[in-house]
Amino acid sequence: MAAEDDSAEDRWVDDHAGPVVRPYAVTGGRARPVTGTFDLISMVLATRPHAGGESGLGPEHVAIVAFCQRMQSVAEVAAHLDLPVGTVRVLLGDLLARDLVKVRPPGGGAGVPDESVFEAVINGLRAL
Amino acid sequence: MDYGHSERAAGAPSLPTAIKILIAGGFGVGKTTLVGAVSETKPLRTEEVLTETGIGIDDLSGVEGKTTTTVAMDFGRITISDDLVLYLFGTPGQDRFWFVWDELALGAIGAVVLADTRRMADCFPSIDYFEERGTPFVVAVNCFDGARQYRLDEVQAALNLDPGVPVMLCDARQRDSARDVLITLLEHAMKTREARHRGIEG
Repeated sequence: MAAEDDSAEDRWVDDHAGPVVRPYAVTGGRARPVTGTFDLISMVLATRPHAGGESGLGPEHVAIVAFCQRMQSVAEVAAHLDLPVGTVRVLLGDLLARDLVKVRPPGGGAGVPDESVFEAVINGLRAL
Repeated sequence: MDYGHSERAAGAPSLPTAIKILIAGGFGVGKTTLVGAVSETKPLRTEEVLTETGIGIDDLSGVEGKTTTTVAMDFGRITISDDLVLYLFGTPGQDRFWFVWDELALGAIGAVVLADTRRMADCFPSIDYFEERGTPFVVAVNCFDGARQYRLDEVQAALNLDPGVPVMLCDARQRDSARDVLITLLEHAMKTREARHRGIEG
């Protein structure tokens, strides 16, 4: 989770504050990520403990890196930041271009999962 | 898109495989209730902001003059293991958001169509959608208090379902019941997948 000494910017986008700017202002008017395709359940993991010192990044970028210290789906990132998924995709594209996150597409990236995945999920659900 | 370069980071933990199941059905039928019953967290909400002009817009800097609509999707998560995570997505209730469904349905391994016997027709669009797409689905009749109980074969006939489509009763509030619906769906999806493979080989 985020460290104690969060920058002031971080606190602007925590759960309680809600969005402080319109979604497209966050992305500088961009509707498409510079790189990558981000399914709702693509998994995101930060590659660094924080992105505070990076130039050209906004508080939302920093917040995503902080949140993705534990791997999260794109949908969870959007829910956590209380931003639309389209906006989060743009921000993730910026982070991916800087190698600040790594991203895994759903289903291991190979289309329909194989039988072992179905069996693992069924067994996992039975154990709930 | 090639993510290979970012996955080879030495010593970094590998990312898990994520799979997705859709929870569909009419407005107020209990989709989010079912998600919440089995999810390890309370259902989360994610939103897509859509403009009236929709697809193909690259620059939204002049967006103030356009009508925007927000489509909300509730979802939950079940961590099966360190390398496998299951996500459950409730579909938006309004039919006019079909294009959001297309994104949700992409890569989904199957769908649960929740039905309410008092408003059976509400689930017809969901059934039509998954039949057309070839997405494996089950129909789960959510047993509301005060609703007349129907026999499952009556429901099957009323919905004009393919005989292979499982139909079951459930209580979307109960974890065990919701879990059994998901297991039935996964078993059905696995069978459908096997049958298709045989069809290709044979």
